[in-house]
Amino acid sequence: MTNPSSGTDGEKTGWAVEISALNKWYGDFHVLRDINLTVARGERIVICGPSGGGKSTMLRCINRLEDWQRGRVVVDGKDLTDDPKQILAVRRDVGMVFQQFNLFPHLTVLENCTLAPIWVRHMPKKDAEELAMRFLRRVRIPEQAQKYPVRLSGGQQQRVAIARALCMSPNIMLFDEPTSALDPEMVKEVLDTMVELAGDGITMLVVTHEMGFARQVADRIIFMAEGQIVEINEPKAFFEHPQHERTRLFLQQILH
Amino acid sequence: MSKMLQLPLRSRQQWASIALQAALVVVIGGLAYGAFINAADNLAKAHIASGFRFWDNTAGFDISQTLIGYSPSTSTFGRAFWVGLLNTLLVASLGIVLATALGFTIGIARLSRNWLVARLAGGYVELIRNVPLLLQILFWYNAVLKSLPDLHSSISISGGAFLNNRGLFLPRPEFADKFDYVAAALVFGIVATLAVRIWARRRQERTGQPPRTLSFAFGLIVVLPLLVFFAAGAPLSFSFPEVGRFNIRGGTEILPEFAALLVALTIYTAAFIAEVVRAGILAVSQGQTEAAQALGLRSGSTLRLVVVPQAMRVIVPPLTSQYLNLIKNSSLAVAIGYPDLVQVFAGSVLNITGQAVEVIAITMAVYLFLSLVTSLLMNLYGRTVGIVER
Ligand SMILES: Nc1ncnc2c1ncn2[C@@H]1O[C@H](COP(=O)(O)OP(=O)(O)OP(=O)(O)O)[C@@H](O)[C@H]1O
Ligand SMILES: [Mg+2]
Repeated sequence: MTNPSSGTDGEKTGWAVEISALNKWYGDFHVLRDINLTVARGERIVICGPSGGGKSTMLRCINRLEDWQRGRVVVDGKDLTDDPKQILAVRRDVGMVFQQFNLFPHLTVLENCTLAPIWVRHMPKKDAEELAMRFLRRVRIPEQAQKYPVRLSGGQQQRVAIARALCMSPNIMLFDEPTSALDPEMVKEVLDTMVELAGDGITMLVVTHEMGFARQVADRIIFMAEGQIVEINEPKAFFEHPQHERTRLFLQQILH
Repeated sequence: MSKMLQLPLRSRQQWASIALQAALVVVIGGLAYGAFINAADNLAKAHIASGFRFWDNTAGFDISQTLIGYSPSTSTFGRAFWVGLLNTLLVASLGIVLATALGFTIGIARLSRNWLVARLAGGYVELIRNVPLLLQILFWYNAVLKSLPDLHSSISISGGAFLNNRGLFLPRPEFADKFDYVAAALVFGIVATLAVRIWARRRQERTGQPPRTLSFAFGLIVVLPLLVFFAAGAPLSFSFPEVGRFNIRGGTEILPEFAALLVALTIYTAAFIAEVVRAGILAVSQGQTEAAQALGLRSGSTLRLVVVPQAMRVIVPPLTSQYLNLIKNSSLAVAIGYPDLVQVFAGSVLNITGQAVEVIAITMAVYLFLSLVTSLLMNLYGRTVGIVER
């Protein structure tokens, strides 16, 4: 409900993300095999699966950080073709949070957050800074605004990364293992931030192995292995009655 | 402002280091000058043959390239010193500019996705930096420039230039008085462009409108002076070189010694700069580019705002030492007889006067001074790209 740009796209019908018959190869290696997935607006999807299964690759196709050989990806009604204009338009409305944070080390926390609003949205500096401070308060680190990222703990850096993405008022947020690089005691602060975000009704696709988070937040959970979507289900059914042997094995490994 | 408050220690350290270097430059310059004046003074008063007396004596030898007026029969050894120093500064400063341009190009080319381009750039670096510089200077001088045709079969180049084994002879521009207006327009254009840039930055902060000053810059720096040039009746003519019986008259001459030294220094240093640049760009992780792209920045903005500033922090310190190497390496001029400071002053002047200690001390002080000034300038530049900022 506080998603600032949901109003502008509210009248648009259709899906937040539509992936159809997506295939991708790295040389001979078939990373994504015939992926089909539609995500509704406001839906929260958790993606899990064994390492090398293609989770990151699929996520990165949604903002065209990766390209593909066959298939189609439509984001917010915009077809992701080779057209650079279209790619930029999608990226402006899709936020991404990386496992390694990828904050800009040469900029302060505040500058990290205002860079894209100023250079992409052409916002006056003062407005961009106000916006950034609002989101820094939301992730509860407004007092770090003038520091450089290296001075922050991992958990704080990841929260800055979330604030930085939110400053572009995205309709969709992509998270690629946002807590995997964190010390255990910092995982919770980041997950809490994400849970709050989920309450705002923003569309989220989250690659994570935090099954507690998945249970609490996800509308659907996707299990991916060997480049395929093996299983897709609501959390309760997913955990209690996995349909496939592979899913069962994976859940056993990860939950025990 | 607030940034300074957050980083008092870093900023202070950095200012301290710049201040220290500036102080060192001043102190060494002062000491050298003071020692020179003092010694000359005292010795002169005591009527002892001064170590630095020779400075005002007539030099009596010719110099093949003089940027300031110099005549062997009337000019002093001191004048010869300045001639040599200016020749060193000319080749070193041009070398730094050209080596930087070539080095950045090759360093970036080496990272090209085009296999052939990357390989050619890699081959260049490996070949050039593994052959001694002195050998390369001799190569360009003896094997290339000295084997050009002689005066009578000069190669004529379109535009009225001639090339032969005595050098490159170019038309010399001759400026009429009204050319001052053109020069003034150019200076005005540059100043106005800087002002427009500052204004555009301010406007962006206020309104968000991105600064697009390239067309302004072109108009002010290129178009405006051109308009003034034609309005003033094209106050520029050329004196063209003419091949005579024994020499070439008119025009301006670029000595083969100068060309060989400049080419060799440029090509050699560019290979090292290319490696510095490549390392600097590679030091910026792919994740930085991806994060910028994921925010919707165009690839140009990504480079300018995210990649280059981080790469420059890695590049500037080793780049500085390449510049220092180039300045010092220019003294290899002596091998082919380019009249640089070492050849003229530590060579001819020393031999004629026999004042070895004084001459060598002054020469060393000059190189030390040049190195310190270069480091100081590069440190100031480093500050603008935030070298020590984190
Ligand atoms: N640039 C690349 N070139 C070649 N192979 C790649 C490249 N990037 C990824 N791969 C391969 O593609 C497969 C899928 O990678 P991806 O990163 O999508 O897996 P993942 O499910 O996110 O795994 P993880 O849990 O380890 O992050 C892996 O086997 C990986 O080795
Ligand atoms: Mg991954």
